[in-house]
Amino acid sequence: MDLWIVSMALFVVSSLLGGLNYISTILNLRTKGMSMTRLPLTIWAMFFTAVLGVLSFPVLLSGLILLLFDRNLGTSFYLSDIVVNGEILPNEGGSAILFQHLFWFLGHPEVYIILLPAMGMVSEILSVNSRKPIFGYMAMLGSLFAITILAFLVWAHHMFVTGLNPFLGSIFVLLTLLIAVPSAIKVFNWLTTLWRGNIRFTPATLFAIGFVSLFISGGLTGIFLGNSTIDIHLHDTMFVVAHFHIVMGVASFFGMFAGVYHWFPKMFGRYLNSTLGYIHFWVTMIGSYLIFWPMHYQGLAGIPRRYLDKRGWVSFNDFPELDKMITIVSIIVFAMQLMFVFNFIYSIFKGRKVTSTNPWGANTLEWTTPIRPGHGNWPGEIPEVHRWPYDYSKDGREFIPQTEPIGENESKH
Amino acid sequence: MDIVSNQQRKKIHPHKFTMWVAIGSIVMMFAGLTSAFIVKSNQTNWVPVEIPVVFWISTAVIIISSLTVQLALRSFKQREMNQYRMFIGVTLLLGVAFVILQWLGFQDLWAQKITFKGAGAGQFLYVIFGLHAIHVIGGVIALIVMFIKAFAGKTKLYSAVPIEVAAIYWHFVDALWIYLLLFFIIIGGK
Repeated sequence: MDLWIVSMALFVVSSLLGGLNYISTILNLRTKGMSMTRLPLTIWAMFFTAVLGVLSFPVLLSGLILLLFDRNLGTSFYLSDIVVNGEILPNEGGSAILFQHLFWFLGHPEVYIILLPAMGMVSEILSVNSRKPIFGYMAMLGSLFAITILAFLVWAHHMFVTGLNPFLGSIFVLLTLLIAVPSAIKVFNWLTTLWRGNIRFTPATLFAIGFVSLFISGGLTGIFLGNSTIDIHLHDTMFVVAHFHIVMGVASFFGMFAGVYHWFPKMFGRYLNSTLGYIHFWVTMIGSYLIFWPMHYQGLAGIPRRYLDKRGWVSFNDFPELDKMITIVSIIVFAMQLMFVFNFIYSIFKGRKVTSTNPWGANTLEWTTPIRPGHGNWPGEIPEVHRWPYDYSKDGREFIPQTEPIGENESKH
Repeated sequence: MDIVSNQQRKKIHPHKFTMWVAIGSIVMMFAGLTSAFIVKSNQTNWVPVEIPVVFWISTAVIIISSLTVQLALRSFKQREMNQYRMFIGVTLLLGVAFVILQWLGFQDLWAQKITFKGAGAGQFLYVIFGLHAIHVIGGVIALIVMFIKAFAGKTKLYSAVPIEVAAIYWHFVDALWIYLLLFFIIIGGK
């Protein structure tokens, strides 16, 4: 446990240093012509992720330091009247709720740290593969910003049933439900980006669309759980498990998979196998819903989470067949991820070779580098940027890379 | 396009900017700790602590060191290298003195039977002041590096950026200390 705390502390420090690097690189070291509103949304998402990390991880670190003191030096920050194996610990006057506050002040921003990069990648991939500009670029920025701010103001919605003052709870309900607004803006913009687009259904596109689907499904149950009154019934049930696995776990993984399938040619100069990619997508997509959808009903019926074996308690054992089904599907879906790992490693060495620098016809700068970039990414000068990254299907052209100067008769974005 | 590149040249140096963001991050850590302190101080079993006099001396020391680091930066910019070496040396000594004084303060508290047992302001004081001291030690290490460079460097130093970054950090730990001390006196030291 102490080793775990120390490793968490090291992780915090490393993510802080990484975050610092992202923030100052994005704000200070952009290439010529790359104004902030010409940044791809992937970069914007990474930026806000770094901001979240830099401001919320230190609070976890301070919580962990107090925990280390409690465990090893006999202080009583969190511990009070604890009985372990029949023996009363000498600590008194501590407050376990304090740890929850410090933990969830990181814990909630953390879910956005996981989710925002996925959102950024999905925005980019949907735009590239529907051959349309992203719908509402500025609204996308605004909603990322709003999510970042609100992420710091909602942590106590994880603590509705800890004896929190109900008045305080109602404030956190309001702030929590406010997150639905930027989230809905983002979903709307993804859907309208796809709308009447010339969609290329690559594995990356499918995973990006899957992300949107999962984000909607998981987001809607967030509205349930964000209400402190309904939370009295739903807290610590399978409903919570279903909610956060769909919205944070599976959705983020889908964003990550989308990113891997999309940028794999850039990373290794070869494509991932698409057939395996399609199988991977469909089994994971259907499987994830089969695993987590029934859990909502289990949770509403009052089945608690965190039980390995429910047979010992009759009222927990209402859905043995459903549990079996979930277990079987989980095994299948997990096996499918092993197939993805195989595809990944196999394709690094044996995948179909990339023959052009810009296989997806994308506008962003990484596709102007050589197929196998050397040190510094570009031979010679780094490129200058003349336009935003989403000029798709503009003025009769399918795509116009960011490095191309604005033409004389061209309508400015 | 020229306008854009001109704007970029006027921008803050990336190293300085990174330092400011890092300071924001450190502020959040201490904000977490001090807010934990506030939460706990309203609960039962709370034992306030009187701040030992040593901490006032260390306060004077770190304020003076803040002044000397600023003077060091000024002499560097005026290319008064001997003065610069002296001021950076004095700052370094004051920084070390600060850490030693903090240690004496801890010993003083410990002698007053304020230990890790029970609950109260004492435990927080050790953790928060201790963490602050670790940050000061980080600054002292930076000062040692600059001190050695000022004397042993064969190449001439021209860029003031490293010194500016170190000075920003040093002023920050100074200000942080004053905040922490006032915080303990106002909220904890009844």
